[in-house]
Amino acid sequence: MIERMSPVSEDELHAFIDGQLPTDRREAVASWLAENPEQAAMVAAWRAQAEAIRTRYGAVADEPVPERLQIENVLRMTGAVSRKWLAMAAAAATVAFLVGGTAGWFARGASAAAPSGFETLTADAVEAHKLYVVEVRHPVEVPGSERAHMTQWLTKRLGYEQRIPDLQAIGLKLVGGRLLPGPKGAAAFYMYEGPSGERFTIYCSKATAPETALRFKQGQQVSAFYWVDDKVAYVVSGPADRDKLETISKAVWEQVDKAGVRKS
Amino acid sequence: MRGRRSGLATFAQKVEAAIPALRRYARALTRDADTADDLVQDTLVRALRSEHLFQGEEVRSWLYTILTNLNRNRLRSLARRPSLSSIEDNDAPDASGPEAGSRDIERALATLAEDQRQALLLVVLEGLSYREVAEVQGIPIGTVMSRLARARMQIKGYLDGERPALRRVK
Repeated sequence: MIERMSPVSEDELHAFIDGQLPTDRREAVASWLAENPEQAAMVAAWRAQAEAIRTRYGAVADEPVPERLQIENVLRMTGAVSRKWLAMAAAAATVAFLVGGTAGWFARGASAAAPSGFETLTADAVEAHKLYVVEVRHPVEVPGSERAHMTQWLTKRLGYEQRIPDLQAIGLKLVGGRLLPGPKGAAAFYMYEGPSGERFTIYCSKATAPETALRFKQGQQVSAFYWVDDKVAYVVSGPADRDKLETISKAVWEQVDKAGVRKS
Repeated sequence: MRGRRSGLATFAQKVEAAIPALRRYARALTRDADTADDLVQDTLVRALRSEHLFQGEEVRSWLYTILTNLNRNRLRSLARRPSLSSIEDNDAPDASGPEAGSRDIERALATLAEDQRQALLLVVLEGLSYREVAEVQGIPIGTVMSRLARARMQIKGYLDGERPALRRVK
């Protein structure tokens, strides 16, 4: 296209229209183009292409970013938010949490030592509890009235069968549930409400340990019972009244055990 | 621990700042809004998950690199399928575009080989330097220049009325 001995290279012509030509060459290229109309026409065409591309697509960057691409939502998908909860927990934990020395209630022959990942998981669950129970308008993603749909959805997302405990017998109504990031993939989070508005949550996620005894974690405002059964961890969190929480946890434990949430 | 956490915040902020531009690049690259946003989503997830792999060059260039590679993989897996998604399909949703001229440039872009399209869009639409494009594409600058030259000649030929039969996505 351009003669070998030309004082201006084709690369320079590209750099000229792309604004990447060193300042000291700009004038030389411009005056060379003035004397070479054929090349000048080609360069003008390239420039017009660039303009057309910017006209066609430039405005995409001014569109509002769709919800699924907003950074908080992407972070949630990556599990980075769960690390954030951990950080919050770490800050709050040393002060607010007294890890209950209380031994498990029914030590089902499982090992006594809780695996480290399990503490993490419990902290995540309690943080999720604190974060969502205060929500008035959006405490859950799927309301309790859509139990069948929620069961199907979360079973699909978690990859093992979910049976959402029915706690009506002990006076708790299912508010609903949501999907959360867990340490090993997705976690399910269910919320229940008592007659005077007190809320309890169940966090359910794949665990590293096959099984543990039931443990109790006493906090100032929020306490939790937690255990792992058949590689699924359960954390039941609620107001710090141990007796009430114990009743609920026991009901949950019996239902997931009998219903065979993980043994189906 | 604290330092690392604030590092994460800064990194996430840099990623966030690049999202509008990534969407623009992806839209032009794929010429399909949904496919483009899927690509951006995959890019963001991958970037945030592998922050530890980030070597401190510019976050923005790194994101373009990830997106470019993911799209290349996407096209490869499309090509492996027996029924190809054709250029015509990609054009269809935009048939009501604002002006005929914008559809022409869109069709012209569709006729380019993927490598050439990447190079041209990174320079013209995203304003990357030739050096940055070389990094994103993992090639020497000389190759960037020849891709750019071929892309421009191809588009010019198309717009001047050569209009070859539309290439299938490759």
